[in-house]
Amino acid sequence: MTTAPAPPRRSSARALRWKLRREAWGRTWAKFRANRAGMVGLAVLLVFAVIAVFAPLLADSHELRVSAASGPILAPPSRKYPLGTDDNGRSILTLLIFGARVPLLVGLMATVISMVIGTIVGMASGISDGWAGTVLFRLTEWFIVIPFLPLALVLATLLGGSLLSIIVVIGITGWPATALVIRAQTFSVRERPFMERARVLGAGPWHLMSKHVFPNVLPLVFANTTLTVAGSVLAETTLSFLGFGDPTAVSWGTMLNAAFGTGAVSLGAWWALLPPGICVIVVVLAFTMAGQALEDIVNPRLKEGR
Amino acid sequence: MTSPSISTATHVDGLVGPGFPHRRSRLAGRFSRRFVLTQFAGSACALMFVIVVNFFLFRVINPHPERTLGRGKARTAEDLEEIRRRLGLDESLWMQFGKYLKQVFTGDFGVSFQYSKPVPDLIGERVWPTLLLVLPATVLSIWLGSRLGSRQAWKHGGRFDRSTSAFATVLYSMPEWWLGLLLFMVFAANPVFGVFPIGGLHSPGVAPMSVEGVADTIWHLVLPTTTLTVTYLAEYSMIMRSSMLDVMGEDYLLTGRAKGLSDRQVLHRHALPNARLPMTTLIALNLAFTVGGAITIETVFSIPGLGLLTSEAMRIPDLPLLQGLFLVFSAAVVVANMVANFIYALQDPRVKA
Repeated sequence: MTTAPAPPRRSSARALRWKLRREAWGRTWAKFRANRAGMVGLAVLLVFAVIAVFAPLLADSHELRVSAASGPILAPPSRKYPLGTDDNGRSILTLLIFGARVPLLVGLMATVISMVIGTIVGMASGISDGWAGTVLFRLTEWFIVIPFLPLALVLATLLGGSLLSIIVVIGITGWPATALVIRAQTFSVRERPFMERARVLGAGPWHLMSKHVFPNVLPLVFANTTLTVAGSVLAETTLSFLGFGDPTAVSWGTMLNAAFGTGAVSLGAWWALLPPGICVIVVVLAFTMAGQALEDIVNPRLKEGR
Repeated sequence: MTSPSISTATHVDGLVGPGFPHRRSRLAGRFSRRFVLTQFAGSACALMFVIVVNFFLFRVINPHPERTLGRGKARTAEDLEEIRRRLGLDESLWMQFGKYLKQVFTGDFGVSFQYSKPVPDLIGERVWPTLLLVLPATVLSIWLGSRLGSRQAWKHGGRFDRSTSAFATVLYSMPEWWLGLLLFMVFAANPVFGVFPIGGLHSPGVAPMSVEGVADTIWHLVLPTTTLTVTYLAEYSMIMRSSMLDVMGEDYLLTGRAKGLSDRQVLHRHALPNARLPMTTLIALNLAFTVGGAITIETVFSIPGLGLLTSEAMRIPDLPLLQGLFLVFSAAVVVANMVANFIYALQDPRVKA
């Protein structure tokens, strides 16, 4: 009886915190729902995600094998092949459906790597005043200067062309921009009174970062993630177009590589060029629109700029 | 010599003193020794970093380059050992790094496997087509992009703004090489509309240095340059539009209007000079992506520049050539960034130059 009051009070504080968090997410969602471009982007992404996940149900994976291809070579769209066939006689529509998997998977996984590195480096360089912060900042700046595509190509050449190495390559070349954004946000969080309070109470840098800075930069991390996926999808497509990545995996980039390399483009086979390209543009555009909508909510000052 | 802009600048940067009594030329007088030194030191550090990354990439991530090189040819242990010795891979990492530094500073980047030519010679030959492609495209896209962006922002929310902004966002999401392929298919390979050459830089049988040859080269560059210009233009217009919108809320524009300046005067005297400032920095950052555009577009249009050389070198893989190219690309971006910092200081008198 006498010990009862203590635990409820603690749990009520936690409950309150969760309630506040839930409310904050609810508010963000309500604002996001009001943003038309953001909702369109989200809907498009859901459609592509469903296509990628349920690809085996939507098309026959046997048709992907060059040896099993039965269609005529580079035939224009017809009733049997709604988007025509490629240079091996495979249906472009089937390739397009299965080709959604690699860009989305690589885009998401690479972004996870970029976000983890970028967030940690950005927070660490923003919170430490000493030489460590300076070194991390300089490192970020130098990495930004290194041209992305040559670096990615060199890494891809050295690591070999598997799906995993492409993910790693795009992930570790994409973090500096995120690090700069997170660093700037960390600076503004650092000056707030609750940080001083925590510091006075003896919080170390790790505690400050994980308990105070991180929750405050998290919304920005989410907005940035969505924008970074757009870049990662573009990077995957470009690397596959230049002939990197798993040659047996079907992706929109490898389809375009084949269309260029085998002369389908020179022959005017527009059905080999337009569908994969338009898919890339639509997915990248959708991520960009959703990301900008999130960014507008997280950082309302930016809204004027769009 | 004493134009008003210079005198304001000297007051602001606080360097009017016994050490700086006279300023001879506009350019030389604009930068303090300290600013120049800081810029050069910063770029030198960045270059050093690039050099270290280059070593790290090619020697540490890939500890057995002899296996990559020998692909199929050198299979026996003796062959591999021989290659290791020839490349100096049997020495310690620090010894290798020392040797590598010496090579970098003496301009010795080894011999290309594919061309059996010294790498610097090869790069020197191939740099011109790339410059011919990238420089006009960059200048054109910055010029057109900033005009477009400022016009969009000046009448933001209007029909022109909405349609062109949507178009720019779509272009921004488009891989530049895909646009290149599209233009290639329609305007080069198509039997009806294909008025432009399908690739390369010269037609056979035309002397490159004659008047005819120059015109021929320009004709070859129309499609690739257009592709690059259009994709970069989208990006620059977006940057310019948002920095212009930032400026438009400022009080000095209101002051300008209040003292009776026309719309045009406010735009050109007060809004544009301020909106251009963030543009300069972002253009410098974007140059790193410009290099990527050169690689893909040269591949699509078979222009014999550094970009095509890179995508060929990857396929072999021609490691010495790749290493040299990576260094050249990174160094170019570092130097371009430094130039951009100087331009920024020229544009913004508040910067302590």
